[in-house]
Formats: sequence, C-alpha cells, structure tokens
Amino acid sequence: METFNLLMQGFATAVTPVNLLFAVVGVLLGTAIGVLPGIGPAMAIALLLPVTYGLEPTSAMIMFAGIYYGGMFGGSTTSILLNTPGESATVITAIEGHKMAKAGRAAQALATAAIGSFVAGTIGTALLATIAPWVVQFAVSLGNPSYLAIMLLALVAVTAVLGSSKLRGFAALGLGLAIGLVGLDPVSGQGRLVFGQPLLADGLDIVVVAVAIFAIGEALWIAAHLRKTRSQTIPVGRPWMGKSDWKRSWKPWLRGTAYGFPFGALPAGGAEIPTFLSYITEKKLSKHPEEFGHGAIEGVAGPEAANNASAAGTLTPMLALGLPTNATAAVMLLALMQLGVQPGPLLFEEEPKLVWALIASLFIGNALLLLVNLPMAPLWAKLLQLPRQYLYAGILFFATLGAYAVNLQAFDLVLLLVLGTLGFAMRRFGIPVLPLIIGVILGPRAEEELRKSLQLSGGDPAGLFSEPIAVVVYAIIALVLLWPLLAKVLRRLFPKAAAEVGELVEPVVVVPEAGTGTGENEEPAEVQVMDIHGPRHGGKTRR
Amino acid sequence: MKPVAVWLKDRSELGFAALLGAVGAMVLVDAAGLNVPYQQSDGLGPKTVPYIVGTLLLVCAVLLAVNILRGGAAEPEDGEDIEIGTPIDWKVVVPLVLVFILNILFIDLVGWPISGTILFWGSVLALGGRNYIRDGLISVALAVGTFYGFYLGLGIHLPAGLLKGVL
Repeated sequence: METFNLLMQGFATAVTPVNLLFAVVGVLLGTAIGVLPGIGPAMAIALLLPVTYGLEPTSAMIMFAGIYYGGMFGGSTTSILLNTPGESATVITAIEGHKMAKAGRAAQALATAAIGSFVAGTIGTALLATIAPWVVQFAVSLGNPSYLAIMLLALVAVTAVLGSSKLRGFAALGLGLAIGLVGLDPVSGQGRLVFGQPLLADGLDIVVVAVAIFAIGEALWIAAHLRKTRSQTIPVGRPWMGKSDWKRSWKPWLRGTAYGFPFGALPAGGAEIPTFLSYITEKKLSKHPEEFGHGAIEGVAGPEAANNASAAGTLTPMLALGLPTNATAAVMLLALMQLGVQPGPLLFEEEPKLVWALIASLFIGNALLLLVNLPMAPLWAKLLQLPRQYLYAGILFFATLGAYAVNLQAFDLVLLLVLGTLGFAMRRFGIPVLPLIIGVILGPRAEEELRKSLQLSGGDPAGLFSEPIAVVVYAIIALVLLWPLLAKVLRRLFPKAAAEVGELVEPVVVVPEAGTGTGENEEPAEVQVMDIHGPRHGGKTRR
Repeated sequence: MKPVAVWLKDRSELGFAALLGAVGAMVLVDAAGLNVPYQQSDGLGPKTVPYIVGTLLLVCAVLLAVNILRGGAAEPEDGEDIEIGTPIDWKVVVPLVLVFILNILFIDLVGWPISGTILFWGSVLALGGRNYIRDGLISVALAVGTFYGFYLGLGIHLPAGLLKGVL
C-alpha cells in the first residue's frame, strides 16, 4: 500500500507539463535513435549528458528513461524492415520479423512487436515498482563487506559471462579500473596516475570517458567500414493485427516477459539470453512449428516482449543498489552521478520524488511509445534514408560539443580523441566496451568499500568475510569464474546425465558465447541454419 | 610485402596486448611511488588497488599475446551500417581524425562557430559527402545554432573567438 501511494505521488510529479514534455521528447528521441543505425540508447544518453546540466535531475532522468524504452521500440522497427539488428538483443526479432515482412506481413510484425513491447514494458515496470523497494530494504541492512562483495560480483559477472572472450573482457575491465584510478586518492590525497598534470588531478571526467568510448569510438569504427551499398527497406503501411494474430501473440508476450525481467535484473543477465530462451520456448510450444524460420508471429512477439521486460529488470539493480548491468543503465547511472545524486540503496530514501517520478514516467512513456509507434511506423522508417555522412559527422560534432561544454577546456577534447581511439581499437580487436565502462563506474566505489571494510576490521582481511551475505556472494563469484572448468569436470564424471541435462542447460550457458563460433554451441547454430534455409523452404510453402 | 610484415599485419592485435602491458606497467610504477601516510587508520593504503589493477592488466597482456600467437583472433564488432570483413578504410578515418585535431587546435582561437563549422563540414567531406554547398550551409547552421542554443538555452558560453562582438 505504501508503494502504491508513493507511486501515485510519482505520477503527480511525472504529469506536470514540464516533465510530460521531457517524457515526450525522450520517447521521440529514443524511437528515432532506435531506428537510426549506428546510434543506440547508451550513445544517445552519453551525448545528452552535458545538455542535462541545467535540468532538474527528475526531468533529465524521465527523458533518459524515455530514450531507453524508445530505443528498443525503434530498434525492432529496423530489424523487421531492414534485417539489420543493431544490437544482439534484436537479432532474434530480425530472424522471424524480417521473414514476416518479406512475406507481406510487415504490418503484423511491427504491431506484435510494438504491442508486445508495451505489454512487457508495463508488466516489467510494475514488477520493478513492487520488487525494488523490497531489494532496498534488504540492501540497507548490508554492511560494507557485503556491498563490496556484490559490487565485485557485478564486475566479474559482466566481464566473465557476457561477450565471446573472457580474456578480452578482463582486459577491458582492467583498462576501465585504471581509468577509474586517475585522480586524487580520496583517503591520502595523493595524485594517482596524474603525472604532475593538474588537469588530471580531478580524475577523468566520466562524461568525457563515456562520450569517447560510446560515441567517438563507435563513429570512427563505423566510418572505417561504412556500407557502400544501401540495403533495401521493405515499405510498410500502418501496423495492425488480425484476430488470429492476437490469439497467437498474447501468450508469447507473457512468457517473454517472464523470461526477460529476471534476466535483466541479474548482473550480466542482459537481454540476449531471455530473447533467445523465449524464441526456443515459442518454437517448442507453437502449434505451427513449421512456420518458424519463415516468419512465425510468435517468434517476434515473445523475444520482443523479453527484450523490453529485461530493460525494466535492468532498472531494478540500477535504482535499488546503484549497480549497472548493461551499457544504457551504466550511462544513466553516470547521469545521476553527474546531476549530484548519489546512487545506491539510499537513493529511495533520499530521493523518493525522483525515483517514483521516474518509475511513473516509465508507465507513461510506454503508453506514449505505443501511440507514437503504431500509427507513425511508416514515418519512422523514412528516417533510414538519412544520408550517412550527416549522421556520423553529426555524432562526432555533438560528441565534441558535449565533451567541450563540460569544462570549456580543449584538453578534454584531447582526452576525447585519445579515449575515442581506444574505443576504436577495442572494436577492432573485439574487446567489449561494457566491462570498461562498468569498471570506471564501480572501480572507485569498490575501492572505497574495500578500504572502509578494512578500517572497520582494523586491517584484518577476515573482516571482508564477516557477513554471511558476503561469504555467499564470494561463493557465487567463484562459481562464475570456475564454471567452465566445473562444467568440463561434471561432463566427464556424469556423461549420461550431462547429455540429458545438456539440452536444457546448454542454451543458457552457451548463448553468451554464441559469437565464438567454436562449433560446440548447438542451439545458436540451429538458428543460423534455419536462417540460411529459410528462404528455400519458404519458396515451397509460400509461393 | 616481406613475410615478416605480413606476419605482423595478421597479428596487429599484438599491438593491443602491448598497450595493455604498457598501461599495466605504468599503473604499477605509479603506485610504487606513492606514500602510505596513515598506516593505522587506512590499513589498505592507496597502493593496494593500483597494484591489483596493474597486475590484472599485465596478466591479461601476456595471456592475450599467448592467445594470439597460438592462433586466437578477435572478432571485430558488427553493426547495422558496417560492412564486416572489409579492411579499415584509412582514407576515411585519417581525415576524420585530422579534422578532429584541427578543431582541438582552433576551438579556443577562432571560436566554436568557425571551428565547429570546419569540424562538421570536414567530417561530412571525409565520409564522402559531395554536395558541397548544402553540406556547407548545414555546417554553418549547426555550429551557429548550437552556439546560440547553448548560450540562451543552457547558459553555457562557448567561445565566440574571432566572431566576438559579431554574434
């Protein structure tokens, strides 16, 4: 009941004309960048960080939330009409959605994606509103050692579970932690990695780091490989669904939501695994399994719902614990810190107005997105015709402007170029950027917790294990790190059981590794095979 | 190309491993030069975390180098507008970086309206824009527009430079 009252107060804050305006702006911007190639919600928020200095934190966060949700709505439009998924989470949507579009069912694919996103986003946000206060209650009882352990878990999980190569993940994490070290040590007041340069003493501005890695590095990388031939967009009318489409969509929406939210809330859960799980579930449960691979509506409805529900899930640890679990949440957390709001379990207590207005605006934004996306989908698709030279020159231009506006010093632009070049090299050498950005954010905070824990125990390392939660979390970290080894041993010890369980466990363990192409992963390979054979079969059944 | 050059070109990732190693060494050397003033109240001191980070980077550098020499290769990032498998188009990237550096040198000197115009126009040119007049007009409009937008909307005064008094 208390939650409900707080939420109603949040709605009262969110529907003031100014905040409503920011929600609309965020939703429109978010859809636009979701449709546009080469620019995602994380980059968009990073580019907007400097502009939000003058804003009320609540308004800024409402806008960012709109961008986050909107980016996902817009992203599905591109993957359905163009078959070029911008991020791994929409890969699955592209498989079935683009097939549907080719078969003349683009309108239904867009409709089930948009309505499914709305349903999942709304349920996900309701879950967020219910669960987050509960998580906070649990989190405020934790001491420094437990909190340190949870931060380490987030760092290790993001690094070791996501991405195709653990080694490259840890390399990125190391770089991020090193960037986080630059500046004055808060306890002893000595400069670390400052090299006598007074401009470095305050540390690297996190806005500059985020803009460099997300915007400059990405823009340069795309410029280096810019597609010369323009892919064809499938023209589409207004999205709509028939009765049978509704009947086939509503269960996948709900199941997708059930997969998406918990995975989003876990550190390193992400959106890829739940979208994939939703896809194989729908394929198994469908009455028309033969349509999968040729444009089955369930294969769009489920994964799209999972994708959006995971976004709501991601916001749970971000708001309740101050832990970012994906790039967009990381940049939103940076925004909070820039606006002078301290993230962490105390956020709900200290900034109830902001938190609840943000959650309320998620509901509003979701409804707005449905209104904006259903009738206007053909209009959004026109954005894809924007000349690419303007898009990428624009990203470089606004990135420069934003980074410069923070402190009005050209030195920040030098940093921007250096770190942008690093971002470029990381993309070239397959080093994931997420561990770096999370390292920059959580590194200094983890060090602070570590030192506080040891101060409390008088320097005794046993103090780190003084709380039961901390011990449990360390055990989980060990399990995450040793899992590949453990899996191998278990498979050798119980070959029979492993073969049976393998079918269930394999997708979960294997999906994040899907990019390695080692050949071990059966399920992703299956999707690929279907993708390849799709048109051939389609020819038999459809034409 | 000489065989050595070809060998190195195929393993350009070794350069990244070297970078990791260099950063790691730098972090360790820097940490070694720190004092530990409050041994009683701050048992851990300012050195420990840099030592951990530096070691992590060095270990990653060595493992990455070993991985590359044993035939491991990175997977370059894919994207919507990316033609994967094509070599890096330096004829686009180098001019972009040069224009960027030009802006760093000029921004405080000639002001944002002019340096911003050069930045956008140059970037569009580098990316293959050939509609010179339209590109130029858009560049000027963007640079001047953002100057006023920041000035009036956000109260951030970007440098006016040469055009001081005019704008």
